[in-house]
Amino acid sequence: MTAVSRTGMREGFVSCEACGLLSRPAGAEEPGECPRCGEELEYRRRDAIQRTWALVITAAICYLPANILPVMRTTTLTSEKTDTIIGGVIRLYASGSWFLALILLIASVMIPLSKLAALVYLLVTVQRGSARNNRERARLYRLMEIIGRWSMVDVFVATFAVGLVRLRPLMSVAPESGVLFFSAVVILTILAAESFDPRLIWDSGHGKQETND
Amino acid sequence: MSTDVVACPDCDLLQRIPALSPGGTACCTRCGRKLATCQPGSLERTTALAVAAAIVFLITNMEPLMGLSLSGREASTTIAGGVWQMWVQGERITALFIALFAVIAPALQIGFLLAILLSVRRPPAPLWVGALLRWVEIAGSWSMVEVMMLGILVSLVKIAAVARVVPGVGIFAAGGLILLLAAMSSSFDPREAWSRVRWVNGEGPQRAPPSAGKDATEAGR
Repeated sequence: MTAVSRTGMREGFVSCEACGLLSRPAGAEEPGECPRCGEELEYRRRDAIQRTWALVITAAICYLPANILPVMRTTTLTSEKTDTIIGGVIRLYASGSWFLALILLIASVMIPLSKLAALVYLLVTVQRGSARNNRERARLYRLMEIIGRWSMVDVFVATFAVGLVRLRPLMSVAPESGVLFFSAVVILTILAAESFDPRLIWDSGHGKQETND
Repeated sequence: MSTDVVACPDCDLLQRIPALSPGGTACCTRCGRKLATCQPGSLERTTALAVAAAIVFLITNMEPLMGLSLSGREASTTIAGGVWQMWVQGERITALFIALFAVIAPALQIGFLLAILLSVRRPPAPLWVGALLRWVEIAGSWSMVEVMMLGILVSLVKIAAVARVVPGVGIFAAGGLILLLAAMSSSFDPREAWSRVRWVNGEGPQRAPPSAGKDATEAGR
């Protein structure tokens, strides 16, 4: 099948991002406002590619201090030690909790990295006007939206360790600045995924419908 | 009211939402995105779940999550206690993020949804319900109770290696809250709610929608 797909934009309609209503825009350049909910209408999210790139690059920069700086400091009567994200994973593995170590490894290391890689892949393929693997790319985008939040786990772990373990001078846990950069990475990648417009995946390729059977 | 033609939010393909059987879901024929569901009694069921979620939310936030004892000394923490310690010990921005994801966003999600559900019972609902419908989606996307739960469990196991930890009522309430929030969001039908809100232009549908070529795919019940 090579028929041109009938999208809202090609047929001169615009779909409201807030309420989902399909309406005829006020003008081709300025679509105006949604007649039902009053939201400003856009054919595609504004500057989606530039915004997503900016957020991805910022997140990648924050990723370095997030992993180099410690996230918490444990003080006991006799010792004081700091843990980075990866250090915490290794310590858990060494203490025999390999299952928890695996969960943290996936949530804190693999999810942020693969999310950044996936966003870069989507951005590059959209900018090149690729029309291949559309369904897979759409699925990748949706998966990324769902799993991104789980990276926040380590920040919650630090928060509750800090909240619970405060038996000075016996034992206490304090947060370190790594948590800030790590939360920044998670939030920036969530914002990056939100600013990307998945409809761009389908816009390229001269509008030819993909054969997907 | 109108023939149900939509453009898929994820790929912009025009298609008609077919008449769905109860429990049925319509998905985009091109990208597979869920477009509509048919859930008879959605408003009543979601209201019940939201009320339950509100109660369990209060318990989750008031009761201690876990306690700790070491050499005869004891400590315990609530969600707010963790946030407060982060704030006091210098990580103020992170403390605000945690408060947002674990307390404020879920509270707004439940509160806004209750306000929406109560006000759409007599259509047409006032315009501010539309604003709340937008906000409830944003609050939901930043509400991370399930991620917090995993964080609590991991910290529990980590601390159990060095001291005796006792799970508190808050942990069990948090577990219940996760289930209630998930059930609440999946039983809520935003399309139904939007169809009961007054239109900004004061008129309602006026321009004929396009005739869509295809019907969206109805997935199994």
